[in-house]
Amino acid sequence: MDFYRSHVLVCGGTGCVSSGSLTIEEMFNAALKERGLEKEVKVVRTGCFGLCEAGPICIVYPEGSFYSRVEQKDVERICDEHLLKGRIVTDLLYIDKLANVTDIQTSINDVTFYKKQKRVALKNCGVINPEIIEEYIAFDGYQALGKALTQMTPQQVIDEMKKSGLRGRGGGGFPTGLKWEFAAKSHGDVKYVACNADEGDPGAFMDRSVLEGDPHAIIEAMALAAYAIGAEKGYVYIRAEYPIAVKRLGIAIAQANAMGLLGKNIFGTDFNFEMEIRLGAGAFVCGEETALIASIEGERGMPRPKPPFPAQKGIFGKPTIINNVETYAVVPQIILKGADWFTSFGTEKSPGTKVFALGGKINNTGLVEIPMGTSLREVIFDIGGGIPNGRKFKAVQTGGPSGGCLTSDHLDTPIDFDTLTALGSMMGSGGMIVVDDTNCMVDFARFFLDFTVDESCGKCVPCREGTKRMLEILEKITSGNGSLEDLDKLEDLAYSIKDSSLCGLGQTAPNPVLSTLKYFRDEYIAHVTDKKCPAGQCQDLLSIVIVDGCIGCTACARVCPVNAITGAVKQNHVIDQTKCIKCGACIPKCPKKVIVKQ
Amino acid sequence: MKTLAELTQLRDEALKKVDLRKDRKGTRIVVGMATCGIAAGARPILAALMDEVQKRGLKDVEITQTGCIGVCRLEPLVEVYKEGEDKVTYVELTEEKARRIIAEHIVNGNIVTQFTIGAAE
Repeated sequence: MDFYRSHVLVCGGTGCVSSGSLTIEEMFNAALKERGLEKEVKVVRTGCFGLCEAGPICIVYPEGSFYSRVEQKDVERICDEHLLKGRIVTDLLYIDKLANVTDIQTSINDVTFYKKQKRVALKNCGVINPEIIEEYIAFDGYQALGKALTQMTPQQVIDEMKKSGLRGRGGGGFPTGLKWEFAAKSHGDVKYVACNADEGDPGAFMDRSVLEGDPHAIIEAMALAAYAIGAEKGYVYIRAEYPIAVKRLGIAIAQANAMGLLGKNIFGTDFNFEMEIRLGAGAFVCGEETALIASIEGERGMPRPKPPFPAQKGIFGKPTIINNVETYAVVPQIILKGADWFTSFGTEKSPGTKVFALGGKINNTGLVEIPMGTSLREVIFDIGGGIPNGRKFKAVQTGGPSGGCLTSDHLDTPIDFDTLTALGSMMGSGGMIVVDDTNCMVDFARFFLDFTVDESCGKCVPCREGTKRMLEILEKITSGNGSLEDLDKLEDLAYSIKDSSLCGLGQTAPNPVLSTLKYFRDEYIAHVTDKKCPAGQCQDLLSIVIVDGCIGCTACARVCPVNAITGAVKQNHVIDQTKCIKCGACIPKCPKKVIVKQ
Repeated sequence: MKTLAELTQLRDEALKKVDLRKDRKGTRIVVGMATCGIAAGARPILAALMDEVQKRGLKDVEITQTGCIGVCRLEPLVEVYKEGEDKVTYVELTEEKARRIIAEHIVNGNIVTQFTIGAAE
């Protein structure tokens, strides 16, 4: 066993990998070797730390120094100063905009972004090396499985899950323990457990991060689920667009097999369990459980009517439970620490914590985990760091394309499954997209609908045709050709689609339109009656003009790509609206700031 | 994996490797590693301390470095912070002395008075 005095944790999540963390990791290894420190300082590649906005992220333990946006040139300095001489390089540390400026946060535990979080599902993300099973075991990994197999009956496992009140984190919010009980009671010679890792909401990436940062937790949880219902085979359905997650899960499964934590007679009992990864092609509808089952069976990924529910007839017609990645991620801890521990967080009807992916117009883009019942304001302004560039908060979309938006009136709403549904939105898988006053809500709804039209599988008419018609109406409105009747038509269509679609995709697809109509009807009306886009985003509804005060410097005319600006030197310039493509290139060039969008 | 005891044993082994990243209490040994410390031979001291900690499988001991403590003439210099005890500063160390500090102070809890700054003054 090698003893190291310091560990350098380099984030190997997708976010930081794309900002170059793997090069940073290599450079650390090389620089440490050069200084003869390779036997004293260990470089560890971990999963996502959550604060993707500040990537690539490195943390140096034991101090817990939180270095953000580490560049290649910084590596040498961190090695020379911090790792060799023990002086923390304070100017490279993450700057906590919300804390006292004079008070430098030298430890990750003091950063506001992390202080308000409660990491349960993300417990090991950014702490362990996901490709080394011993690190997972060191943090109590597989203890829950050992405990369940040797000390608990399957019914006791189900009872503990029911008592914990855990609700499915994939969006539906169905009680997990109940689902397991149904599957346990279903008759069948063969049963299956499945993990839904077909994360498709635009902007949501919690499942990817858990699989990348803590893949063994999913293996352990699926084995627990299999034990509880009497299954011997598990499938993880994961989209092929998550190559790092697929690779690490594959490594984890191989390690668990080699150690006898998967396979035959686990922990010396007669429980056998094996796992297989099934890659999805990335269709959004395959996140719907019946479509997912079809896809695992090798069929085209399309949903079918329920009942029968998967717990009765699932994969290959056998009783199956399907849970989301984040749901599984908390299961081992519930079994190990008990349901009472889990219910100590969150609200009465939504116990525990939830991971949210913060995106859009927010300073701290990234992944946060909070106890249920935390207010939107705390998530967006305290943890998320508020809106960039001093703009005003306008709305937040929760639940991705299936959810709805919430306005500043709802900022103090405690977040849980029921409050969000009551407000016409939903928890969904936990995407949170923040918009500011420069975003047009009609265009925003159009964006999500565009997504669902693309992703509709086409099996049922309301979803296939209805969403397309809704999109056409929205495009008509954003191009300035809409009428007030269109708004009523939109609403009519929306309710029909909700009522008559076959699966969750269609049933929830109109939600973004309905909620924006509810909370931002004035913006719709401005588009159809005044033919104006109040946020100035809909290109067809705005024109760029030069108002009084032009000095005739010709700066604007020189950048115009289509030569739409005319005027002699030292004379007033004019933009020809028939030629203007509204690219806005002239606006920042004007020294007098008299070119404006109207 | 055959038994829970086997897993627990594996965990305890593995824990030593990741111990540094856990929230924990324990002993901190700080080695002065500014130019003066390095020039006086702080690196072999650091290596000796690490080697000794590893050999004995000590948990909750963290070895780290710091800049110049100010008494450059007494380097190499090590400070020991133990829970609930005053800081102890050892001066003019050799590898041999460093190993004795681990054995007597860290393991047995007896401050090696003759190596401390008080004795040198």
